[in-house]
Amino acid sequence: MAGYEGKEFKWIGTRPVRPDGVDKVTGRATYGADMNLPGQLTGRILRSPHAHAKILSIDTSKAAKLKGVKAVITGKDFPDMHNGVLPGDEGVNFHYLSCNIMAWNKVLYDGHAVAAVAATSAAIAEEALALIDVKYEVLPHVIDVDESLKPGAPLLHDDIFTTGVTPKPDKPSNVVQRVQMQLGDPDAAFKDADIVIERTFKSKAVHQGYIEPHAVVAEWSEDGQCRIWCSSQGHFMVRTLTARLLKMEVAQIRVMPAEIGGGFGGKTIIFIEPTAVLLARKAERPVRIVMSRDEVFRGTGPAPGTSIDVKIGAKKDGTLVAATGEFRYQAGAFPGSPVGAACMAAFGPYALTHVRAVGYEAVTNRPLCYSYRAPGAPLASFAVESIIDEIAQKLNLDPLELRIKNGSKEGTQMVYGPKLKAVGNLECLKAIQNHPINKIPLGPNQGRGLAAGFWFNLGGQSSAVVNIAEDGTATIMTGSPDIGGSRASMALMAAEVLGIDYTKVRPIVGDTAAVGFCEITHGSRVTFATGMAIIQAAEDVVLQCRQRVAKMWEVDVDAVKWEDGHALPAGANAGDQKPLSLAQIAAKAARTGGPLVGSAAINAGGAGPAFGVHICDVEVDPETGHVTVLRYVAAQDAGKAIHPSYVEGQIQGGVAQGVGWALNEEYIYGADGRLQNSGFLDYRIPVASDLPMIDAIILEVPNPGHPFGVRGVGEVPIVPPLGAIANAVARATGVRMVDLPLTPPKILAAIDAKK
Amino acid sequence: MSGFQYEAPATVDAAVGLLAGARGNARVLAGGTDLLVQLRTGAAQPDLVVDIKRIPELRQISGNAASGFVIGAAVSGSEIGEHKELLKAWPGVVEGMELIGSTQIQGRATPGGNLCNASPAGDCTPGLVAAGAICVIAGPSGRREVPVEQVPVSPGKTSLAKGEFVVAFKLPARAKNSGDAYLRMIPRTEMDIAIVGAVVNLTLDASGTCTAARVSLGAVAPTVLLVDAAAKALIGTRVDDAALANLAAAASAAAKPIDDKRGTIEYRTKVAGVLARRAAVIARDRARSNA
Amino acid sequence: MSKFHISTTVNGEAVEYLCDPRQTLLDVLRDELNLTGSKEGCSSGDCGACSVTLDGRLVCSCLVLGVEVQGRAVETIESMASDEKLHPLQQKFLEAAALQCGFCTPGFLVAAKALLEKNPNPTESEARYWLAGNLCRCTGYDKIIRAVLETAADMRGSK
Repeated sequence: MAGYEGKEFKWIGTRPVRPDGVDKVTGRATYGADMNLPGQLTGRILRSPHAHAKILSIDTSKAAKLKGVKAVITGKDFPDMHNGVLPGDEGVNFHYLSCNIMAWNKVLYDGHAVAAVAATSAAIAEEALALIDVKYEVLPHVIDVDESLKPGAPLLHDDIFTTGVTPKPDKPSNVVQRVQMQLGDPDAAFKDADIVIERTFKSKAVHQGYIEPHAVVAEWSEDGQCRIWCSSQGHFMVRTLTARLLKMEVAQIRVMPAEIGGGFGGKTIIFIEPTAVLLARKAERPVRIVMSRDEVFRGTGPAPGTSIDVKIGAKKDGTLVAATGEFRYQAGAFPGSPVGAACMAAFGPYALTHVRAVGYEAVTNRPLCYSYRAPGAPLASFAVESIIDEIAQKLNLDPLELRIKNGSKEGTQMVYGPKLKAVGNLECLKAIQNHPINKIPLGPNQGRGLAAGFWFNLGGQSSAVVNIAEDGTATIMTGSPDIGGSRASMALMAAEVLGIDYTKVRPIVGDTAAVGFCEITHGSRVTFATGMAIIQAAEDVVLQCRQRVAKMWEVDVDAVKWEDGHALPAGANAGDQKPLSLAQIAAKAARTGGPLVGSAAINAGGAGPAFGVHICDVEVDPETGHVTVLRYVAAQDAGKAIHPSYVEGQIQGGVAQGVGWALNEEYIYGADGRLQNSGFLDYRIPVASDLPMIDAIILEVPNPGHPFGVRGVGEVPIVPPLGAIANAVARATGVRMVDLPLTPPKILAAIDAKK
Repeated sequence: MSGFQYEAPATVDAAVGLLAGARGNARVLAGGTDLLVQLRTGAAQPDLVVDIKRIPELRQISGNAASGFVIGAAVSGSEIGEHKELLKAWPGVVEGMELIGSTQIQGRATPGGNLCNASPAGDCTPGLVAAGAICVIAGPSGRREVPVEQVPVSPGKTSLAKGEFVVAFKLPARAKNSGDAYLRMIPRTEMDIAIVGAVVNLTLDASGTCTAARVSLGAVAPTVLLVDAAAKALIGTRVDDAALANLAAAASAAAKPIDDKRGTIEYRTKVAGVLARRAAVIARDRARSNA
Repeated sequence: MSKFHISTTVNGEAVEYLCDPRQTLLDVLRDELNLTGSKEGCSSGDCGACSVTLDGRLVCSCLVLGVEVQGRAVETIESMASDEKLHPLQQKFLEAAALQCGFCTPGFLVAAKALLEKNPNPTESEARYWLAGNLCRCTGYDKIIRAVLETAADMRGSK
C-alpha cells in the first residue's frame, strides 16, 4: 500500500449511507427508461424469427407510410463497415458489431435485429413493425458448441479462419480460435499419479438477468451533434463505439449516464444506441428505445454454454501432480467468447507445476455471447472443483485440507504467466475451515459442498476530478457508472485523503463531455482503478493546499504537512502557525492562485488477483430431485474493503447468481433454433424464498498495487458457487452431476439410475 | 397490442349482453394476470374486453362449510386466502389458489380466470375438481350449472358458448372429518408454473376409515384429470402405507403428460405418484383433526 | 381508437388522465403522470419492479389496465416518504445497504410496506415468501430481508 501502510483509517472501512441512496429509495433516481424529452418518439426493433437465414429483401414502404411513423431504417442505413479492427480500439471488430446491431445481409440468431421504426406512440410503432415485409431464405442452423466444432457444421461466416492452429486453415469454419497455456509437462507427470480422474462437463447459456432492460434516448441536432441518455457500464464506450459505427467524430457525441439497473458485464457493449441515433437523425426528433424482456433475452449478450474436459492426477496423500483441461465455449453469432479467460482462471486456486489449459471457441446461431461476471471462469471452476472434490472423496481426504495442501499463495506461478504477489487464498480456506457451519450435523439427504475460485481482476484507464467549493465542501467527479454503490466508496476514499467529513463530499458521475475518459466497469476495476484516480486527484488537491499555505506562511512546501483536513507546520522551522482547515484555505483560493481543482487521469496497473472459497449445505428430495439450499458461507479476499457493506453485497449477489446458474437457469432452444424461454417465468433466477441468508466473510490481504490495498471484489463471488452446489448435491445424493443446470428432472433421473 | 373496446358492466345481464352481442372476439377480464400477458404478446387479440369486476355478485364469498360456500368467480386470491372459514373447511382449495404466482399476482388473480384460461397446469382448478365444485355459468339462455371439470376442454379452450361466462363456484356441504390438500412440483420455491400438481380430498368415518375420496392431477394431461382409480385405492382403507402405494401407482398410471421445457414424461409420471401420496397423507391428517 | 377519460386517486390526490385501453397502469403512471418510480422489468408480472397498491392490495401495475382504476385508489413509491421524512423501511434499506443498483428497490419497498401493514411480525420465511414476486439480481436478498425484519422489529417498538 503506497504510503498508507499501518495507517488507522477514519473513513475507509466504515459503513455510511450512500450519497445517492435517498433518490433510489424514493423512486426519484433516473434510469435509462425514465428520461423523457419534448417531442420524443418511440422506437421499436423488428427481429428475426429465424436462427439462420439470408435476407433476400426488406420492404419498408408500407411501414413508412403509416400515419405517425417518422422514420424507418434497416442495416443498409448504417455506414458500411469493412472487416477488420480500427486502430486504437483494442480488438473490436466493427463489421461484426455493426452486423449484430442490425443485420447486414444475413440473420444469425432468433432475435437478430433487422429493422427499426420511430413513431409517435408505441402502438403505432408496433403496427409499423408488422407492416415491414422481410423475405428470408432459411438456412440450416447450429446451436450446440460441440456440433459447431465439427467439420461440415452449417457455416455462419465466410471470414473466420481458426487462429492458434498449425497449419493455418485455408477454408473458413465456425472455429474461431484455439488457445493454449501450459506449465511443465502434464502428460508425463500423470504417470506419477496414484489416482487420475477425468470427466466431461456441460453447461447451457445463461443471461446476466439484470432487472433493468436496455434503454436509450437519442437526440440529434442539425449541426451533426448528438446527445444520448442511456444506462450502461461505460458511457465512454457508448460514445466511442457509436461514433465509430456511425462514422462520426467522437466529440460530436455526448453521452449522459443514466443510473443503471444492473449490468454484470452485459451492458459493457452496445445494442441499441446507434439505432436510436439513426432514427433520431432521420426523424429529426428525439427517439427513445426500451427493450422488452423478450428482447433482452433474445437480443443482448448472454454468457456461453460450454463443453469441458478436465483431468487431474494426485498422489495418495493428496498432492496434485498434474492437471489438464480442454474448454470448448460457444461464441454466439459472432466471435468473442471468454475461453481465454477461462483457461487463465480455471486452475487458479492450485499451485501446479504441470498444467495445461486448452480452449476452443465456435460461433453458433445464438445471440452474441458477452461478459458475465468473471467471464469464462464459473464453468471452468465448476469442472475443476468437481474433480478436486471427487479426488478428495476417493482418497478419503478432507476436501478443505486438500485445497490448503495444494493452494496457490504468494510466489505461485500462474499458468498464464505471472507469479502471484501477496494473495488471500489460504486465508479464505482457513476462514471456511474455522466456520461454525462445519459443526452443524447433516441430516438424511443432505450434503455439504466446498469450492474455491479465482479471478485476476483488471486496472485500466480512469479519470477523476476533485473540486473544492468556497466553503471547503467537495464535489468529486468520475466517469464510472455506479453499478453497486461505488459513489460511496469514491466519497470515502476522497474523504480519507482530504481529511474532511464524508458527508462533505458529493460524488457525481460525469458525462462524456464533463470528465476525462473512463474505461468500462469490467474486471472489478471501479473501486480499484477509478478509486485510484480519485485518490490521486484528492492528493493533488492536498498538494495544492500545502503549496498555497506555504506561500501564505512564506515557507517551503516541505515545511507544510497535511493532517486531518488541516495544513500544519511540519516542524519548528515552519514557525508557530495555527492549523488551516480546507475550508479556510478554500475561502482564500481566489487570492492564492485560483480555484482549487485536483485531477488525475491514469492507466492503473497493479490490479490484485483475488480468491474466494465457498461452502454450502443442500438437501435433495430423493423422490423429486428438488434441491433446497440450507446454508451458504462465502469467504473472499477483498484486499481492503472500502465500504464493507457493499463488499458483502457483491459477494452475496454473486453467490445468488451462481446458485441460479447451478440449479435452474438455462437458455432453452427448440429444434427450430428459436428460444423458448425468453421471460422471467421460464428463465428461472433465484427468488427470495429460494435462498438462505448468505454469510459473507471478508478477508483483507492488502493488494500491494493499490494505495489502500484494494482488490476488485465484484467478480470472484460468482466463480465458486457452481462447484460448491454441485459438490454438495454429490455428497447429498452419491451422484456426481456433470450437466448444468441441476434441474429436478435431471437429478431424479441420476438418482434413479444409480439405484 | 392491437386495439380493443373496453366495457365494465355493473350487472351479470349487462355482461351477458355485451359478450353475446360482440361483433368479433370478446374476452372476459377478471384479474387480468393471464389476459394482459396474452394481450402483450399478441396471443390474444380481442375486439372487446368485458371487465366483470364491477359486478358485486362476482366479488363475494357467501355460505359456510355446512351449507356449502359460494365463491364469486372474480374474487381475488388474496381475498380467498383471508377467508378463515373457507381455509378451515377447504385448505386444499385455498392452497391451490394461493400458490398462483406471487403476492402481487394474488392481489388480482381469480379462480374464474384460472379455470377459463384453461392451462393444463393451472393451480386452482385441481382443488376445485377434487372438491366436487360446481361452476355457475351465466349466458344468453340464463344460468346453468356444470361440474367444474367440464369447463376446460383443451389447453386454452373452454366449453363455454358465446355470451357465456363463469359467475361463481359452488362448493358442496363439507362433511365432518374431511380434509383436502394440494401439492405441486416446481423447480424453485415460488413463481413457477406447476410441473405436476396433485389434490387429494377425502372423508374419514369415526373409526378412521376413508369413506369418500376424490383425487385430481394437474399438468399431466391437456386438462385436469379426475382419477377414479386413485380414489378407489383409498376408499375403504385407513389410508395406510399399502393404500398410499396403490394410490401412487394409480396416479402415475393415469398421468398422460408431455415432454416440454418444464418437464419430461418420465419425470411427470413418476412425480404424479409421489405428490398424490404426499397429498393424501396431509389430507388424511387434516381430516383426522377436523371434527 | 378513442381514449378513455379516467378519474382516480393516486397517492392521495385526485388525478385525471386520458388513456388508450391498451395502456397499462404502469404505462399511465410513467408516461402520463410522470411517476417514474415504478419500473418496467418484464411486463409479465414476474419481477415485481412495477409494484403498487390498488385499493390497499399489492399488485403489479403492469398487469392492470389504466382504464381499470376508474374511481379506485393507487399508491406508488412516490408516496412512501412523507412530511420530509423517509418511511422507516426506506431509512433502514439505506442504513443496511439493502440496495445496490436500486432498480428493484421501489418495488421491494412497496411490497415490504404492504407486508408489514398486514403482518407486523413476519418470520424470515414469511418475509421471503411474501417478497418472492420481487426479483433482485444484485443483492442475493440477504440484506433486503434483514432490513425488512429489523424494520418490523423497530416498528413494533421491541428495540
